[in-house]
Amino acid sequence: MTVRMFVALAIGALFGAGLALSAMIDPARVLGFLDLAGRWDPTLAFVMGGALVPSFIAYRWLRAIDKPALADDFAVPETAPIDRRLIVGAVMFGVGWGLVGFCPGPALAALLIGGWPVLVFVAALVVGMIVHDRMWVRAA
Amino acid sequence: MAEFNALTALAGGLMIGIAAGAMLLLLGRIAGVSGMSAQALGLSRGATSRGIAAAFIIGLPLGATLPTMVIKAPAITVTTSVPLLIAGGLLVGFGTRLGNGCTSGHGVCGMARLSRRSIAATASFMAAGFVTVFVLRHLLEMPL
Repeated sequence: MTVRMFVALAIGALFGAGLALSAMIDPARVLGFLDLAGRWDPTLAFVMGGALVPSFIAYRWLRAIDKPALADDFAVPETAPIDRRLIVGAVMFGVGWGLVGFCPGPALAALLIGGWPVLVFVAALVVGMIVHDRMWVRAA
Repeated sequence: MAEFNALTALAGGLMIGIAAGAMLLLLGRIAGVSGMSAQALGLSRGATSRGIAAAFIIGLPLGATLPTMVIKAPAITVTTSVPLLIAGGLLVGFGTRLGNGCTSGHGVCGMARLSRRSIAATASFMAAGFVTVFVLRHLLEMPL
């Protein structure tokens, strides 16, 4: 295992620990946030707000440095126009998110502690990705 | 379900944001879980090597067990029926690939760098999530 891979593992672990501590790996809590007409749960807004502060600082910092500490280059997407693909994809994602309360990060983070429903969801998630990348994109 | 806890929500959020910042400043990559998953699965040849993407993805479930050991087991309550669970997974998988990102890549990273695409995507998936839950819980009155 390389140093970069170890660092990536540690970053993933910090990310996963944050998701667990903030209760975002609990779909019931995420659905509580999405349920504006019910007993609204503000947790996700606090988590997103808390996450955006260090993330925002890091993306400002980016301008002051030439290259990352442990890699040769920054791979940050160029500015591209908002297209239909982006919006249709985001809406499909949002519908699936609303059906279950899981998005990819929390679902993967819950894999070891969430039992069989998490396995079912993650299996379907992987199939959805394969269908897009291997069949939809190839066919287009 | 336990009451809303602003402190653990903010602390957990900070950890997520620090992880996203570290991914950028140390490895030069965007900490987007859907994109990293696709690269770890070998589906897309992006900017991140497969080993780094896989290490990040494997870190997620390992890290999630840490608060379990220190504090208490976090609740994971899945109330969705199996057919909808599968439909949801398929939609999230396909949609995040079509739309180039999810809550982490667009929501935490893209919004932090003020990307117009990410702000539009985040507004779209949030709106779709709000509408879906409203329809399921309040129009169809499903016990979700």
